[in-house]
Amino acid sequence: MKRKEENIFKVIMIIASLIISGLLLFILGTIVWKGVPALSWDMITKLPGGGFYLGKEGGVLNAITGSFCIITGAVAISMIISVPLVMYLNFYLPRKSTFSAIVRFSFDILLGVPSIVYGAFGFALMIFLGMRASLGGGIITVAMLITPIMMRSFDEVTRLMPRDLSDSLLSLGSTRYEMIKVIMRQLMPGFVTATLLATGRGIGDAATVLFTAGYTDNLPGSLSQPAATLPLSIFFQLGSPVAEVQNRAYASALILTALILILSFAARHFSSKFSRNRI
Amino acid sequence: MNTQRAIKEIGARWFMRIIAFSGILFLLIIGISLFVKSYPVIRENGLWKLLSSVSWKPSSGEFGFLPFIVSTLYVSAIAIIIALPLSLLTAIYLNSYASGRIRRFFEPVIDLLSGIPPVIYGVWGTITIVPFIAKNFASGTTSGYSVMAGGIVLAVMIIPLLVGLLTEIFNSIPDEMTNASFSLGATKWQTVKRVILRRSFPGIIAVTVLSLSRAFGETMAVLMVCGNSPRMPHSLLDPGYPLPALLANNYGEMLSIPGYESALMLAALILFVIIFFFNGISRLTLNHLEKRFHF
Repeated sequence: MKRKEENIFKVIMIIASLIISGLLLFILGTIVWKGVPALSWDMITKLPGGGFYLGKEGGVLNAITGSFCIITGAVAISMIISVPLVMYLNFYLPRKSTFSAIVRFSFDILLGVPSIVYGAFGFALMIFLGMRASLGGGIITVAMLITPIMMRSFDEVTRLMPRDLSDSLLSLGSTRYEMIKVIMRQLMPGFVTATLLATGRGIGDAATVLFTAGYTDNLPGSLSQPAATLPLSIFFQLGSPVAEVQNRAYASALILTALILILSFAARHFSSKFSRNRI
Repeated sequence: MNTQRAIKEIGARWFMRIIAFSGILFLLIIGISLFVKSYPVIRENGLWKLLSSVSWKPSSGEFGFLPFIVSTLYVSAIAIIIALPLSLLTAIYLNSYASGRIRRFFEPVIDLLSGIPPVIYGVWGTITIVPFIAKNFASGTTSGYSVMAGGIVLAVMIIPLLVGLLTEIFNSIPDEMTNASFSLGATKWQTVKRVILRRSFPGIIAVTVLSLSRAFGETMAVLMVCGNSPRMPHSLLDPGYPLPALLANNYGEMLSIPGYESALMLAALILFVIIFFFNGISRLTLNHLEKRFHF
């Protein structure tokens, strides 16, 4: 009788796991199946031509470049914030400090704040500063979104590191700042993994850049000009009533998915390397 | 210690301290500035009237948030009802039954599912879920863009979060505890039921609340499959208009209508406050559990 209950539940559990892995295949399959027929070199290498949104020739190079510029800037900003922060929490403050608990807690909450709220806040901030939708605004807002993500995963990597190295450095008479410069080398692979994953989140997010980065058919020229992004280009193309444009939305979706997959695999590669080098 | 080294050390320390403080400050700034921005519409209409009215006519200054709040609740509830059992069963399976090989296979599956951007989920939803609902339910009276579609897509989106966190919670239960149960002659299933699930019950609740707050704030996917009509959804097959979608859809044009910007900021504030509390409570619970299990 007990065996029977166990076996029934075991079957249900296996079915649940199969459904979840099946969902991944289903989603990726749908995107590939719809995207491949519309995919061409022009999609990746050309700007939208005249009448692009009526189904005429062109590509989404503007969106690819825009996304690239925004994520590069945003990752740079959030590195400058999260690396020192994590070092401070782990190596400067005592282990059970209340202050570090409060900082970690606020970043946990920031991690949960939805991207649309960052988008709205970023937009309000830009109006306040007299900026218009631009590359710079997009960079700042995406940085707000990914900084808590990066900070949290950096923190996890750093907490896992054995303390022997830092302790022996301090006992040799280095200052904490000098110690961190050495430790960074040890932490680097883990940080690269975390950064790649955060990059994926930042590239894929549309709600943050919807009002802050704007949209344009041209390449982003400067920080104060609007920039197109890949998720938004998918969204706008999908909303078109023209079948060719919709098909190109599927192709753009395939491009974005491929980018995310590459980032994710690169991150996994680095993290497996990291676990081999651990002391 | 020579002075140059000391100066570098002190400089670095202060730089880091300022960043740490501004992290806390930033949270306050978001909350306060959203409140300041939404205050005009609250003063004009009263908070209770805004939250309980169903009439949404921005051009005549009527901002009733109830349809949006109800849509958000419907969509998130459907998502959790679908996602929680699936994730719970999978997490138990991965923790107690699956072999090492299956566990290693699942890691990238969960990683990839959580890495797929919302807009891709939206595209997937419009290609598959929306036509499916249009064809199979309500005999063609619905376009398929509905609360139901939003709920299903959201469910798939929060599954990786749920599975990841639940597996973490189950793994944090000390082996001594499960081994004690086995040594008393309990079967695996009895151990799962009586020890693992019971021990991790607060954690399961916390994780559920956490993923619920993720569902509240999800924007793009929901925007693409929900239909976005500002009326009360009366059935699950009616189109809905969750708060994040409202924000995303109207932000561009709101500057021309008085009070509109303030009303949309209120939408952001509502989201922020709900998520602040949901996240806060569940994070505190999870941190507490972590402390209890890591001796």
